[in-house]
Amino acid sequence: MSNLLKVSSSPHVRAKDDTSRIMLYVILALMPTTIFGVVNFGLRALLLVIVCVLTCVASEYLFEKAVGKKSTIKDFSAAVTGLLLGLNLPYTLPVWQAVLGSIFAIVVVKMLFGGLGQNFMNPALGGRAFLVISFAATMTHFEYDGVSGATPLQLLKNGDTVNTLDMLIGRTGGTIGETSALCILIGAIILILLGVIDLLIPGVYILSFVAFITLFGGHGFDTTYIVAHLCGGGLMLGAFFMATDYVTSPITPAGKVVFGICLGVLTGLFRIFGNSAEGVSFAIIFSNLLVPLIERVTIPRAFGIVREKKTKEVKANE
Amino acid sequence: MGLKTFKGGVHPYDGKELSKEKPIKELKPQGIMVYPLSQHIGAPAQACVNVGDTVLRGQKIADAGGFVSAPIFSSVSGTVKAIEPRRVATGDFVNSIVIDNDGKFIEKGFEGCSDYTKLSKEEIIKKIQDAGVVGMGGAGFPTHVKLSPKNPDSIEFIIANCAECEPYLTSDYRSMVEEPEKLIAGMKIILQLFPNAKGLLGIEDNKSDVIESLTSLVSDEPRIEVIPLMTKYPQGGERQLIKACTGREINSKMLPADAGCIVDNVATINAIYTAVVEGKPVMDRIFTITGDAIMEPRNYRICIGMSCKDILEAAGGYVREPQKLISGGPMMGFALIDIDVPTTKTSGALLALSEDEVSKYETTACINCGRCVEACPENLIPSRLSKFSDHGDKETFEKWYGLECIECGSCSFACPARKPLAQSIKTMKKMVLADKRKK
Repeated sequence: MSNLLKVSSSPHVRAKDDTSRIMLYVILALMPTTIFGVVNFGLRALLLVIVCVLTCVASEYLFEKAVGKKSTIKDFSAAVTGLLLGLNLPYTLPVWQAVLGSIFAIVVVKMLFGGLGQNFMNPALGGRAFLVISFAATMTHFEYDGVSGATPLQLLKNGDTVNTLDMLIGRTGGTIGETSALCILIGAIILILLGVIDLLIPGVYILSFVAFITLFGGHGFDTTYIVAHLCGGGLMLGAFFMATDYVTSPITPAGKVVFGICLGVLTGLFRIFGNSAEGVSFAIIFSNLLVPLIERVTIPRAFGIVREKKTKEVKANE
Repeated sequence: MGLKTFKGGVHPYDGKELSKEKPIKELKPQGIMVYPLSQHIGAPAQACVNVGDTVLRGQKIADAGGFVSAPIFSSVSGTVKAIEPRRVATGDFVNSIVIDNDGKFIEKGFEGCSDYTKLSKEEIIKKIQDAGVVGMGGAGFPTHVKLSPKNPDSIEFIIANCAECEPYLTSDYRSMVEEPEKLIAGMKIILQLFPNAKGLLGIEDNKSDVIESLTSLVSDEPRIEVIPLMTKYPQGGERQLIKACTGREINSKMLPADAGCIVDNVATINAIYTAVVEGKPVMDRIFTITGDAIMEPRNYRICIGMSCKDILEAAGGYVREPQKLISGGPMMGFALIDIDVPTTKTSGALLALSEDEVSKYETTACINCGRCVEACPENLIPSRLSKFSDHGDKETFEKWYGLECIECGSCSFACPARKPLAQSIKTMKKMVLADKRKK
């Protein structure tokens, strides 16, 4: 026989989506808010985003080259990290700080822990947290229309009034990609339709956050206050694009619910009782750390396994 | 929609249009026939002919090797040429009876039964046992054993597996289109064994014509009902089918009978009909030959024991060189190393693909996306189970319910990192089960 047959264990077919395609979907879904950010803040925003993407991809490439590993930049995950980090920066940030944040995100948060799939913390948020701590002044300096001022969330925290319509559309100060709730929701719909994410984590996150601020926000069930909190800061971007990061969220369905509740409660806690007006990034980072624990206690019951067995196990644990 | 189904599953390209429209064609083999003595689960059959003996079509050539075993019959007339190990579809060598077909197909007379309703339960089971009927969907479990549960009165549902959820396969579909009366009569015969049971025909809704025709055919059968099912792989998995049809769940340690169910697929029920009404043993079966490398994909009624090579020739050979040959469907079938292997009672299809997409893919890192979890019909976490397999961690593998895996391959299919999840879980499962047997 001239051509030998290929032999492998079943199944012999695969679904269309692979990792790089999923990452491209995420980039696509981030386009509305990216474009809005550039329109809103000007070309300097575009420059920062591009710098972050390029630095992230280059750091991954160079790190893998240095340690003699096969390059993985073709899976586009570094590009996604760069894009998300860029969208999480104020457009006025010095470029060298953005470069530093990108290198930290990829090299320290992602590659040192083993690369894609092994990081325990969302790299973009890790990079952002690094920048917030290192360069607090430039990271919390927000300008809108060339005038520096407080973000809507800061106003809200000080008890001032905010324009919720502007917040929904995104005509406010803030980081490049977080201001327009509308554009983020369009992106979220794209992700849901393409089957990249489902509503479980963002849904539980938002609901438990609303419940928390209703109880502890001091405004009761005040819709304007709640809408302002939902559209303000990084909540929408965080809920749909960063809390749903596969690698750093639980894989078990029940775990996703627990994770969402943790996020909602922590975000509420940080925003209302914390020093800063914002709390999404740290809520997500903190919850990321809980993921292994959450997964351990939420192993789903296999099909056909009777519940009794499980209650016994729970008792044994108590 | 209102269609019944199960949780999880995947939607692979179904490829059924290649062969579903063409009627079943009789295929008479020439030359050498090979009958492996182990074509079922349980003890191998014992050859009861000797080299040089003349045999007739329908003559028993091997006795059952025990209760959980089944006899084997010659599907041609001719001379026994050898009894020797031959390569089968799985790649193993299995002791086989080799018969030189004389091409005359002289039949040993068969004793039919004009009115099966007069038969006693014992007589029916005896006829099924003596005809060598086994699960012809692929498992090959001897049917007479399945039909003899400890407590027959507790059986509430006889489920005919008409789902045919494996992509490309259309043999069950064709036989439901062309000979639905056999399926219904076969079902009535089984129902005669279980006075408290109802017969359910679970059919995926991609076969809406069959759902319609069978529904009208059973309209005056109070004990038989057609259940339309959502088209989704693995809808025809035994546990998934039971769940969809009855809402009951069973696990790996239970038998369908524990949930009051018995499941048989279309080909098996047709074989029961043939055994009881026509008195004929299992000699033939419907076989799909398909795939983009085949000249004329279609279904044949083949004589069991003929080589896949002869079926390929009948189908006009290849239109393009295949990279992969699969015995069965693309989700659970075996890749063949050679086309010249005998068909058995359980071989339902030959799939020839001109391109082996799997070998092109490169495995990348797991990104924890959870698609395998969504796909798993057994509610497992395949990505973790596969990790435990790679680490050899048997204990955690079992704790995370690894032994519940039905090996359907949905997780590997869905994985965007192209990881061989099902393959590593299968391997680990075998090791854990082997350990258990040792203890």
